[in-house]
Amino acid sequence: MDRWLGFLIEPLSYPFMVRGLIAAVMVGVVCAVSGTYVVLRGMAFLGDALAHAILPGIAIGYLLSGGERQVIFWWGLGTAVLTALGIGAVGKQARVRGDTAIGIIFASMFALGIALISTVRSYAVDLAHFLFGNVLGISARDIWLTGVLGGIVLLTILALYKEFLIISFDPILAVTLRLPSGFLEYLLLVLIALTAIVALQAVGVALMVAMLVTPAATAYLFSRRLSTMMVLAALIGAFSGVAGLYLSYYVRVASGAAIVLVSTAIFLLALLFARRIPK
Amino acid sequence: MRSALKLTPRHVQHDTEAPILEVNRVTVKYNDRPALEDITFVLNAGEHIAVVGPNGAGKSTLFKVIAGVLKPTQGVIKIAGHHPGGHICVAYVPQSSQVEWTFPVTVADVVMMGRAGKVGLLRRPGRRDWEYVHHCLETVGLTRLANRQIGALSGGERQRMFIARALAQEAELMLMDEPLTGLDVPAQEEVLRTVDELRARRVTVMMATHDLNLAASRFDRVMLLNRQLVGIGHPRDVFTAPLLQAAYGDHLRMVQADGSTLLLSDTCCGRGL
Repeated sequence: MDRWLGFLIEPLSYPFMVRGLIAAVMVGVVCAVSGTYVVLRGMAFLGDALAHAILPGIAIGYLLSGGERQVIFWWGLGTAVLTALGIGAVGKQARVRGDTAIGIIFASMFALGIALISTVRSYAVDLAHFLFGNVLGISARDIWLTGVLGGIVLLTILALYKEFLIISFDPILAVTLRLPSGFLEYLLLVLIALTAIVALQAVGVALMVAMLVTPAATAYLFSRRLSTMMVLAALIGAFSGVAGLYLSYYVRVASGAAIVLVSTAIFLLALLFARRIPK
Repeated sequence: MRSALKLTPRHVQHDTEAPILEVNRVTVKYNDRPALEDITFVLNAGEHIAVVGPNGAGKSTLFKVIAGVLKPTQGVIKIAGHHPGGHICVAYVPQSSQVEWTFPVTVADVVMMGRAGKVGLLRRPGRRDWEYVHHCLETVGLTRLANRQIGALSGGERQRMFIARALAQEAELMLMDEPLTGLDVPAQEEVLRTVDELRARRVTVMMATHDLNLAASRFDRVMLLNRQLVGIGHPRDVFTAPLLQAAYGDHLRMVQADGSTLLLSDTCCGRGL
């Protein structure tokens, strides 16, 4: 018993671990809750594209400031919102299929980001940081920003719960009820973009889609209501964050990868048991 | 108290003198190809009308343009004497195949969605809204299944759930897009009985169907559509050999037996536009 307690408490003697755990829980919860819409609306590809397309913004912030976190953050945020609006607009044009157009834009934006970062000498290290995240390197101020941004995302999703539910389940009903469907669609994309920025610290651009999709997909297997799915996904997301960090501490693997692998393990277990527990 | 605080949506006052629906010279084109051409008709409040026609006749397009999902390329639609923009009294009951039945919502949740317009933007449904929802579920006989996930419902129950949702919306005009497709006869009867009960509430119903015999026996009027309005009126005046020929071409057989006519159409059950 004491050994187990020691196992849990020991890492907490390091302030960076405490900050990392707080951040991992916040990121896990915010990603999981927005992720429910990503899963239900079949937007996993869109979420991944959005995350990758942010890279050039981050690269510019990085080049302009010489690595100053705050500057990178705001550039990332701006790019994320612009990309979200751009992806929304691409879906409305009819010349090329939406997913094709998004595929082209997202890969080219990602390439542009890599090209920009590669102009710096310490390129490999910096790039790895943005691609895979490092939740253990998070500062107190970053935690504060993550909290505010995550809070905005969660509050918006809570406030517009029934509206987002309707546009996701039955877009025609949204029109007959005269809801502002177009605005709500864009708002949801912007919220997912904000979520991507929140998750950037923890898991980086490359693994972000896993944070959005995996806990929500796990919760989907057991939920018969959206509210249940959100709560369950948030719990799974938070648990994955904490368990992933402990794994990273004791096994010495990259923290972002550890978090994603834990959430995948939970998903696989859930898949095995889901058949026995009917919704 | 609550109503004083309510964010009421801009809800147009109904002109009670005007017919519930006026469609005036409406044309809808998809990429220059007309799906509907020059459609004109009027529906009075409380009327039940069946819309029949071959696949691709424009039945779903007609419903979507009335619901406001599509804009007419030409022509004007009026709901209770006004432009449709401000109305939330038109309900569209979707084809079963367009619904994601694995979505994590219960039957009561779906019916509550219809209430969203009355609840108002950013507000949560209150106790009275839930009471209203349960009243609507009772009306269609689904009280027992209120807390089931929607995938657990049978075909007939699924259609009745959407009728309950339209009731929760306080819809005065219900557009039902082939609600009977894929249902067995008892389930069809169960849905039709629920639709008949809407007469007491003076709800106007437009139902797209492939079943001409049912259209003739259960509706006040029938509309025969094939991109153009081929005929509208009492089934006896519309389901005549020349008009049916005009709408269906050769895809229709008429069998005369015992002084009545049985109509057999072989264009059934695809997904029309």
